[in-house]
Amino acid sequence: MTANRLAESLLALSQQEELADLPKDYLLSESEDEGDNDGERKHQKLLEAISSLDGKNRRKLAERSEASLKVSEFNVSSEGSGEKLVLADLLEPVKTSSSLATVKKQLSRVKSKKTVELPLNKEEIERIHREVAFNKTAQVLSKWDPVVLKNRQAEQLVFPLEKEEPAIAPIEHVLSGWKARTPLEQEIFNLLHKNKQPVTDPLLTPVEKASLRAMSLEEAKMRRAELQRARALQSYYEAKARREKKIKSKKYHKVVKKGKAKKALKEFEQLRKVNPAAALEELEKIEKARMMERMSLKHQNSGKWAKSKAIMAKYDLEARQAMQEQLSKNKELTQKLQVASESEEEEGGTEDVEELLVPDVVNEVQMNADGPNPWMLRSCTSDTKEAATQEDPEQLPELEAHGVSESEGEERPMAEEEILLREFEERRSLRKRSELSQDAEPAGSQETIDSGSQEVLSELRVLSQKLKENHQSRKQKASSEGTIPQVQREEPAPEEEEPLLLQRPERVQTLEELEELGKEECFQNKELPRPVLEEQQSERTPNNRPDAPKEKKKKEQMIDLQNLLTTQSPSVKSLAVPTIEELEDEEERNHRQMIKEAFAGDDVIRDFLKEKREAVEASKPKDVDLTLPGWGEWGGVGLKPSAKKRRRFLIKAPEGPPRKDKNLPNVIISEKRNIHAAAHQVQVLPYPFTHHRQFERTIQTPIGSTWNTQRAFQKLTTPKVVTKPGHIIKPIKAEDVGYQSSSRSDLPVIQRNPKRITTRHNKEEKL
Amino acid sequence: MKVKMLSRNPDNYVRETKLDLQRVPRNYDPALHPFEVPREYVRALNATKLERVFAKPFLASLDGHRDGVNCLAKHPENLATVLSGACDGEVRIWNLTQRNCIRTIQAHEGFVRGICTRFCGTSFFTVGDDKTVKQWKMDGPGYGDEEEPLHTILGKTVYTGIDHHWKEAVFATCGQQVDIWDEQRTNPICSMTWGFDSISSVKFNPIETFLLGSCASDRNIVLYDMRQATPLKKVILDMRTNTICWNPMEAFIFTAANEDYNLYTFDMRALDTPVMVHMDHVSAVLDVDYSPTGKEFVSASFDKSIRIFPVDKSRSREVYHTKRMQHVICVKWTSDSKYIMCGSDEMNIRLWKANASEKLGVLTSREKAAKDYNQKLKEKFQHYPHIKRIARHRHLPKSIYSQIQEQRIMKEARRRKEVNRIKHSKPGSVPIVSEKKKHVVAVVK
Repeated sequence: MTANRLAESLLALSQQEELADLPKDYLLSESEDEGDNDGERKHQKLLEAISSLDGKNRRKLAERSEASLKVSEFNVSSEGSGEKLVLADLLEPVKTSSSLATVKKQLSRVKSKKTVELPLNKEEIERIHREVAFNKTAQVLSKWDPVVLKNRQAEQLVFPLEKEEPAIAPIEHVLSGWKARTPLEQEIFNLLHKNKQPVTDPLLTPVEKASLRAMSLEEAKMRRAELQRARALQSYYEAKARREKKIKSKKYHKVVKKGKAKKALKEFEQLRKVNPAAALEELEKIEKARMMERMSLKHQNSGKWAKSKAIMAKYDLEARQAMQEQLSKNKELTQKLQVASESEEEEGGTEDVEELLVPDVVNEVQMNADGPNPWMLRSCTSDTKEAATQEDPEQLPELEAHGVSESEGEERPMAEEEILLREFEERRSLRKRSELSQDAEPAGSQETIDSGSQEVLSELRVLSQKLKENHQSRKQKASSEGTIPQVQREEPAPEEEEPLLLQRPERVQTLEELEELGKEECFQNKELPRPVLEEQQSERTPNNRPDAPKEKKKKEQMIDLQNLLTTQSPSVKSLAVPTIEELEDEEERNHRQMIKEAFAGDDVIRDFLKEKREAVEASKPKDVDLTLPGWGEWGGVGLKPSAKKRRRFLIKAPEGPPRKDKNLPNVIISEKRNIHAAAHQVQVLPYPFTHHRQFERTIQTPIGSTWNTQRAFQKLTTPKVVTKPGHIIKPIKAEDVGYQSSSRSDLPVIQRNPKRITTRHNKEEKL
Repeated sequence: MKVKMLSRNPDNYVRETKLDLQRVPRNYDPALHPFEVPREYVRALNATKLERVFAKPFLASLDGHRDGVNCLAKHPENLATVLSGACDGEVRIWNLTQRNCIRTIQAHEGFVRGICTRFCGTSFFTVGDDKTVKQWKMDGPGYGDEEEPLHTILGKTVYTGIDHHWKEAVFATCGQQVDIWDEQRTNPICSMTWGFDSISSVKFNPIETFLLGSCASDRNIVLYDMRQATPLKKVILDMRTNTICWNPMEAFIFTAANEDYNLYTFDMRALDTPVMVHMDHVSAVLDVDYSPTGKEFVSASFDKSIRIFPVDKSRSREVYHTKRMQHVICVKWTSDSKYIMCGSDEMNIRLWKANASEKLGVLTSREKAAKDYNQKLKEKFQHYPHIKRIARHRHLPKSIYSQIQEQRIMKEARRRKEVNRIKHSKPGSVPIVSEKKKHVVAVVK
């Protein structure tokens, strides 16, 4: 290794020397310093010997083998110097002599010619040839693409492809070659000729042509008149429409609209009588409109126009009315069609409330909650804003009360009466409001709540407010000394109360519980003046506690899914009472509840229970009634077979095996699946189909002749490929599909110019 | 007294002539014909079962060769004539209708490597192990004359295959290189070579007749253009390809029978991915031939069975085997698309129906209608598990059956390993190679 490295380094050194020597040598003529050259050559050889030590064969330099004293011009070697012999150097002496002009010319001609580039190696050339040839062939082949595609997609392919065309000659040709021979034929031809009937070209007789020509003018006139009339009618219609559009009278438009609505209603009624199916469709349309309305905010007074109106609403009666109209329209549209069973009382209530409420309150609320999704918006906004947005109507008096309590902290006992009065008023308005909200709820949840419970709920709200006040008073310890002990006594109470206040819907609350609480509070509120009330309130909890265990059983019984679900919404509403001290986790809770409130309408669990009940009912085996009315007794319209007979002929279905989901309340296990049928059913959707309905449809259309006419049957059962026995099927030809065949001859190019063949063959022989 | 009678108009039910069809009044009211789906399902089931009952594809065995049959050729003009070459250099011409041998020629010393007929059907060519190409007349010699070839070309190397041009008096042989010959000359017009390994088969494209395909034992398939006298492209597969066959209806499609038990259908313009990989054989595939309709092909395998594949399916629709049939060396689909012939190691040529349960002979129109209806029903209900099971069921010799099981296990193991490797390596570092791409090693321009 070391020797090798040494040799290499030496070599490198010598090369450097060479390079350094070059310019010197260039100037000197060779003959002058041969000795010097000699020494250098020896040195070179030595180096070479060293470098060849590593085994690799270095290039062998040309060597002068024979020794001669004369340095012949043919034996000149430029080795060692490493320089190339340049033509210019050789020509230098020529320049001086003028006798060599011709040679000079020739040389200059040679100089002007450029050297030819090295030819590419054989493999490269062949590769290029191949690539070009392949591209050409691929292009030729791609003309078959449409044919192949057509054949692959063809409904039916009949082989052999080339058909023997039945020789069909045009009738003129046949006729011209044909002559009338028999007398009858001759007679007929005579007649035809006499009447100028066409013999060869069976299109129109001259008379017919003439008549056609005559008709054409009249027809043209008629057509023109018709067109004129149509155009005039259209222009009349357009003018009328324009005129009607310009009418500014609102009344007129209202009348027109009403007329249209009436007409539509009448038509619908008629339709219902005549064509129930179409009527049902109509109904569906209405239902769809309702859905759209529910989805959109079109009539929710949230648009630009509505907002502008809302600003005006305080001062302008018309604007208020317009807003009301919008709301009513929304209600009308979103109302379910079937729901007509609302009690009169409630309806009356809603009307009242609307009148009371809409102008000042609801509009404001809607103004505030104008974001894309009020539920989400609320959760994001800060607490203060939340408080503001939640329920302003309640906040207002509340804040006032707050203010009163703060400012007149010392005079509190005196102001108590005022507060009470306000409370009563509030309660009344609240009750109405809750009724309204109740009304807005889906019909499903209304079923279980009676008006009484609503009252209770409103009471509950009042109670909660009061409790909050207590809280405040507790905070303002400095305000009144008298209250402190009461508050202290009260302290166990808030723990129990708090959940009521904060309203966790998860907490088990039965209606009864709420009712009881409500009633108690109610009584207290009504009968006692404020101070007493407070005392009562504080004492209430101990009073309550002994009661609780007694009724606990009953209550637990009452813990029912339905009740739970139905109590949720009112409780959520009472949440909206603003609490002034906001806890951090309360925010979260609020958010969660808000979402709950948003989806309060969809009673998923109850729906599921109902569904399950129905499924169970449906799967039960049915009794078979074999009574024949009129058998063995009098029959006729309105007569029923006797109970005894019915009992006798009623075959009771045996009780089926217990359902698998009997003990699984949250599951419906379908018992319809029949394992014996499963072997005959397709489990996965087969490949070309993208939807199971497509597949089912193909299966459901029968193809047999039992269900189809002969023609349809034949069409439906055409085989994809038809071959005729005993016929040879030749490969497809370009001529068959209307292409020109690729070339006259497939023979190789070389055969056509025989020169190249011979060369090629010679080469091969050499190889 | 008035007597009420039923009265009918005889025009409605009486034929005008005796030769008329009887009028059958029909009411297509769907209410009168309920349960259409179940009824059709039962019909389809019955049709499928009957198809299996009547599936008797084996027609005849042509015996007479004294060595394994090495090559087969169809007569281009005559459906009944078939030529076969055996491993002992004997060529026989058979008549299929009479199922007998009509002529025997001792053509070569050693194997008859290839046989092909001229496009007009007047003569045929054979190549053999004795380095000769011989042209023979299709008709036998007159009484007392010797069996002599029309022409004999002595070559320098062994020819392993031959194919005739579809339109012109040109044929191609393969061996060390692909030679294209004019029938009148004793030297090839041109020789094309790419690589040094011996070429096992060469086939002319039947549609674009200047195209040739060949397969060599260095695992590649090479395409040539005869007009430009140059190879076009080469695709290298995992293992050696034994033969190729061009689709007679689609100019750019060909199928290659490979040693790795699979067949590959290629679009010759895009050789890097086969259009379809056909797998079902459990041993090397030795020969392949297209149905003249171009919709199916038949393959002969070393596993002693032949299989029929639809062109666009990767699994075979049919497998034929008999107890006595040994390694099948050559197979041909007759030009009327009804029959299949295969020549095998144990000296016999067998004739099969292409459609196993098809009724031979002339069908009445009612039979035809019933056949079409049953076919459509089978197609319609083919995805139903019961029907699918019956339609797919085939009896297989134990060797093939156990081989299939074994290979299934091997394949599953390989797949599992692959999946595991992908699962436990950095996502994206192990490429997922599709089955189609897996077998193509390279495409050389």
